[in-house]
Amino acid sequence: MTEWLERHIPKMVLAPSFAAVLVFVYGFIAWTAWVSLTRSRLLPKYEIEGLIQYERLFNAPRWDTAMSNLFVFGTLFILISMFLGLMLAILLDQKIRTEGVLRTIYLYPMALSLIVTGTAWKWIMNPGLGLEAMVRGWGFDSFTFDWVINPDKAIYAVVIAGVWQASGFVMALFLAGLRGVDGEIIKAAQVDGIPTWRIYTAIIIPSMAPIFLSAFIVLAHLAIKSFDLVIALTGGGPGYATDLPATFMYTMAFSRGDIGQAASSAMVMMGVVFAIIVPYLYSELRAKHD
Amino acid sequence: MTDATLTPAAAANSRNWSHFALRWTLFTLLGLFALFYLMPLFVMITTSLKSLEEIRTGSLIAFPREVTFDAWRTAWSEACTGIQCEGLRPFFWNSVVIAVPAVAISTMLGAANGYVIAQWRFRGANLIFSLMLFGCFIPFQVVLLPMARMLGLMGLAGSIPGLIFVHVIYGIGFTTLFFRNFYVTIPQDLVKAAKVDGAGFFRIFWSIFLPLSLPIIVVTVIWQFTQIWNDFLFGVSFSQAGTQPVTVALNNIVNSTTGVKEYNVDMAAAIIAALPTLLVYAVAGKYFIRGLTAGSVKG
Repeated sequence: MTEWLERHIPKMVLAPSFAAVLVFVYGFIAWTAWVSLTRSRLLPKYEIEGLIQYERLFNAPRWDTAMSNLFVFGTLFILISMFLGLMLAILLDQKIRTEGVLRTIYLYPMALSLIVTGTAWKWIMNPGLGLEAMVRGWGFDSFTFDWVINPDKAIYAVVIAGVWQASGFVMALFLAGLRGVDGEIIKAAQVDGIPTWRIYTAIIIPSMAPIFLSAFIVLAHLAIKSFDLVIALTGGGPGYATDLPATFMYTMAFSRGDIGQAASSAMVMMGVVFAIIVPYLYSELRAKHD
Repeated sequence: MTDATLTPAAAANSRNWSHFALRWTLFTLLGLFALFYLMPLFVMITTSLKSLEEIRTGSLIAFPREVTFDAWRTAWSEACTGIQCEGLRPFFWNSVVIAVPAVAISTMLGAANGYVIAQWRFRGANLIFSLMLFGCFIPFQVVLLPMARMLGLMGLAGSIPGLIFVHVIYGIGFTTLFFRNFYVTIPQDLVKAAKVDGAGFFRIFWSIFLPLSLPIIVVTVIWQFTQIWNDFLFGVSFSQAGTQPVTVALNNIVNSTTGVKEYNVDMAAAIIAALPTLLVYAVAGKYFIRGLTAGSVKG
C-alpha cells in the first residue's frame, strides 16, 4: 500500500492543478466555442444554430473598426517597440558606465499597470491643459495635438502609450541577446577592419533572429490582449473609434448583454492568438527534439 | 586624398575628435530617451502636488509653485468611485487582500507542479506540462463568460474569494513554468541518491529542493504579485461595488463624469495605485526582469 502510494504521489500532487486547467481553460474554451454557435443573447442557449453569430459579427461595422484598429495598433506598436528596443540596446551596449541606471529608467514602465499608464498619458495628451497647451504657451499658437479626442487619430495615441510601456522591455530582451553574441567573431571582424555598423548589420543582428521572434511573439500577444490601456486612455472612444477586439468583447458581454456576440468575438481573438503562437511553439518544440 | 597627406599625429588627433563626438552623440541620445521615459512620472508627481488653480494656469512640465498634499488626501480617502466617496483606500486594501493569498497559493502549487514535472517524470507528464503552458497564452476573453457563470454557481460572484480563485487558476501555468524550468537544471541523480537513502517524495522536496529554491521563489512571487496587482480585466469583470481592486477604482475615479475634473487627484490616485509594484521594481528589479524574460523567452 505505501509502495503504491509512494509511486503515485507525484501524479496525485499534479492532478488538482491539471484538472483545474482542463476545466477552467479547455472546458471553458469549449463552452465559449459552443455558445458562439447558438442564438444566445442575454442568456446562453445551447441549441446549435451554425455560424449566425459569426455572420452578425463580420457584418457589424463596430467589429470591423475593432479589427482594423487591432491591425493598425498591432503593426505600429510592434514595429516601433522593436525598433526603439533594438536601438536602445545597441546604444546601451557601448560600454556605458551609467548603464545600470539607464536600464532601470527605460524598463520601469513595465512594472506599472496599464491603467496607470493610460491615466498618465491621458493627462499628458489632454488638449486643453497638457502638451498642446504647453507648446502653445511657448508661442506656437497653431500647434495642435488632440489625438486622444480626435476619432481619426485616437488609435495613434494608444500606440504612443503602448510603446512607452513596452519598448524598455524589448530593450532588455535585445540587450541580453547582444551579450550572448560570440565575442570572438566580433573581434575577428574588427581585426579585419570591418566598420562597426557593418558588424552590427551583417553579424550581430542576424544572429539575434530568435530574439526578434520572441519579442514579436510577446508584443503581438500584448497587442491582441490590449484592453486596460484603451479603457483608461480613451474608453474605446471617441464613439467606438479606438475599440479593439478585447474591448468589443467586454462591451458585448457585460454592457450589451449579447452573449452570442461576446463568445464569437472571443473565439476570433483566440484564433488570431493561435495563428501566431502555435507555429512558434511548434518550431520551439521541434528545435528541442532535433 | 587629404587623408593620405595627414601626419600620423594629426590622424590620431582627428580619430580622438570623432571618438569624442560619437560618445557625445551617444550620451545625448541616451539622455533624451531617459527623459522620454521619465517625463510621465515627473508630470504625474508634479501635477499631484499642484492646486487645480495652478494646473489651469501653469504649464504641464512646470514645477509646482506651491506644494500641496490636498490631492493626495482626497485621492486616498475622499475621491468618488461611482456612488461611493471613500477614496482609493478601501480598494487598495482589497487589492492587498486579493494579491497576498493568490500569490502565495499559486506559487506553492507552481513549486509542487514544477517539482513533479521536472524530477518525477512519468508517462504523459510532458503532455500535461504542454497543456498547462498553453493555458498561459489564451486571451482571457475566451474564459470570461463561463467563469462569470461558474463563480455564480459556486456562490463566489462579485466576491474577493472569487477573484483570488480566478487569479490562482490562471496563474498556475506561469508559476509551474518558472519552477519546472528551474528544477530541470538540478541533476536527477540527486533524487536517485536521496531515494536510495530512503527519503520519500515530500522529504526530498522539503529538505533538498526547497532550500535551493529561494531565487526562483522570489522571481515567481514578484511576477505573480505584479500580474495580480496590475490586473484590470478580471477585476472589472468579476467584482461588484465594494470588492473592486485598486486598478478598477482608479479607472472609476479618473473616468467619472460627475463634478469638476480634478486632475491632481487623478494623478495622486494613479501614483498610489502604482506604488506597490514600483516599490517591488525598485527593490528587486533584477528578479522582476528575470521573470519577464523567463516568461517570454522560454515560454
